Amino acid sequence: MAGATRPDDGACVLDTGALEQLIELLRADGYRVVGPQVTDGAIVLGTIAGAGDLPAGITDDQEPGRYRLRQGTSQALFGYAAPAQGWKRFLFAPDETLWRAERTDGGFRCEEEPPAIGRTALLGVRPCDLRAVDILDQVFTRSGVVDRRYQARRAAALIIAVECTQAGGTCFCASMGAGPDIADAANCGADIILTEFLVDAGPLLLARPASARGAELLAGVPGWRAGAADCEAAAEAVKGAARSMGRQMPADVATLVGRSLDHPHWADVAARCLGCGTCTAVCPTCFCSTVEDSTDLAGTTAERRRRWDSCFTLDFSTLHGGPIRSSGAARYRQWLAHKLAHWWEQFGRSGCVGCGRCITWCPVGIDITAEARALAEREGRTDANH
Amino acid sequence: MARSSPPKLAVWKFASCDGCQLSLLDCGEELLAIGVRFEVARFTEASRAVIRGPYDLSLVEGSIATAADVKRIQAVRRQSRWLVSIGACATAGGIQALRNGAAIADMVKAVYPRPDYIDALATVTPIADHVPVDFALHGCPIDRKQLIEVIAAFLEGRKPNIPTHSLCLDCKRAGFVCVLVAGGQPCLGPVTQAGCGVLCPSVGRGCYGCFGPMEAPNPAALRPWLRRSGLDAEAIARLYRTFNAGAAAFRAASNDHD
Ligand code: SF4
Ligand code: SF4
Ligand code: SF4
Ligand code: SF4
Repeated sequence: MAGATRPDDGACVLDTGALEQLIELLRADGYRVVGPQVTDGAIVLGTIAGAGDLPAGITDDQEPGRYRLRQGTSQALFGYAAPAQGWKRFLFAPDETLWRAERTDGGFRCEEEPPAIGRTALLGVRPCDLRAVDILDQVFTRSGVVDRRYQARRAAALIIAVECTQAGGTCFCASMGAGPDIADAANCGADIILTEFLVDAGPLLLARPASARGAELLAGVPGWRAGAADCEAAAEAVKGAARSMGRQMPADVATLVGRSLDHPHWADVAARCLGCGTCTAVCPTCFCSTVEDSTDLAGTTAERRRRWDSCFTLDFSTLHGGPIRSSGAARYRQWLAHKLAHWWEQFGRSGCVGCGRCITWCPVGIDITAEARALAEREGRTDANH
Repeated sequence: MARSSPPKLAVWKFASCDGCQLSLLDCGEELLAIGVRFEVARFTEASRAVIRGPYDLSLVEGSIATAADVKRIQAVRRQSRWLVSIGACATAGGIQALRNGAAIADMVKAVYPRPDYIDALATVTPIADHVPVDFALHGCPIDRKQLIEVIAAFLEGRKPNIPTHSLCLDCKRAGFVCVLVAGGQPCLGPVTQAGCGVLCPSVGRGCYGCFGPMEAPNPAALRPWLRRSGLDAEAIARLYRTFNAGAAAFRAASNDHD
């Protein structure tokens, strides 16, 4: 955590003006800078022109099925929890054409559709979301088959992470070991790590380089060398987030779920679940996609598209004859069990980083931590977290 | 592709407003492409010239409201190799299905000066209640792109890419902020089939359910949350009693009580 930062490891302190210059530097370098901003009543990630676009002084209230913005008590630039959707869409496009084919005399010719890729700076990536990017990196580039489109977008991305100094009502990154601090700066995948702390004059950012590129960038902006007091103030701010974490996941959830595949509780959730797929779409680690082939009216062109898919659709598990997971209970179980248990078998880690989005944005407020706890409670256990 | 003559296309109208047929006329350049690939044998909204059947592809708009309709849809089916019902009227009965459940005779008396002119069935029903339908395209009105997809798929003998999942999934892919969660507005997106292009949430409004129930709708689960958004039982009933009032899941939801 930021508390481990010593004044001598290249950390510096930036004020809002210096952050503005960092953004300008990136833009001059050909980066599209994507960051949090207020859109349609939520913090949404989109292209920003400068620090002035950041939601200064805004904070959020998140609870199951409910999200509201309000004026915060400070002018903090990053005084809110996970934005409405994560960074997934900037690395793994929600809907894109993979290739097109043209009919030729006696055959056809395929042409790959080059992905629209430009240098993109992701500004304001929270620890949970940073972990999620590493999970996607593993899924798409370190698990045998490399997804070249993901790989190219990821290679063109620069990440400026921001530790959390205020946890949301649905956050539980601490119990997933994914936040609110960034423990291993050198291997976290970010280029720069920021930690916001407030002084009378306004917000300041402790900035730590986490890659050579990050160090180079920081050298180009007018910050001052971080002193022990700055590091201490930043560390305190992050501890505040750890203390205000809204939720918790039972500690041994992976084995619990593994033992619970026939649990009656799945039917209980299914009665409340809409099967809408929102949870999978907002989850920063869900990576499933569907591939659709289509032809045009003239019969001369075909194209293949890839779109985000969800294990909540019937089509997802349809083989000849119908869907394997025909009940809502089976579909909800697939989601929760994959995230929390089977991900371990597949990738050696959890598929959940505790960002809380599936809880907040579920239109009917289904809470993955509460459902996991219910599995535990109805198993007659006593050691579940409350 | 080896056919000697192009397939024959026919468009039929039953009880409906013509809006779905208009989507076909509204296809612009694609309409020209349809004209190239098909012999447009019967499309009376576009041309009075009618070529006799049988037809390779029949697009059927409208619901069945009279005894004559029942006979006519059977005749259409007999003449059609592939029959696609288009729009909420054809797939769910449409807005006119709102009269189902009420006494037809009383209603006719209340509305028409000469009730004896009216010869209507007791209930309004979708096409699939009367004849086998090869594909049902939802929407009030249907989405032009989806219609073109269905026609293009027919031409190549492939399955149309028409998803049946919730609107929410498309809403999230598009990156819109949920009006229900962030705005506290009622939205039928979670129980409604995608396909409209997420029109209402894209302008900050809740979904009205124009595309009818999604593949596995659970309106009972949405109900408490619609209540929380400020709707009383009557307002919820009305929300479901629109273009797809006759679709089983919406009909049940509109009759649900707390
Ligand atoms: S858990 Fe919530 S978000 Fe996920 S499918 Fe069910 S209702 Fe939709
Ligand atoms: S499962 Fe839920 S809390 Fe966990 S990473 Fe996905 S969206 Fe976030
Ligand atoms: S939870 Fe479902 S959508 Fe997400 S990665 Fe697993 S199978 Fe795919
Ligand atoms: S706005 Fe409506 S359609 Fe979109 S995610 Fe929310 S509930 Fe679903």
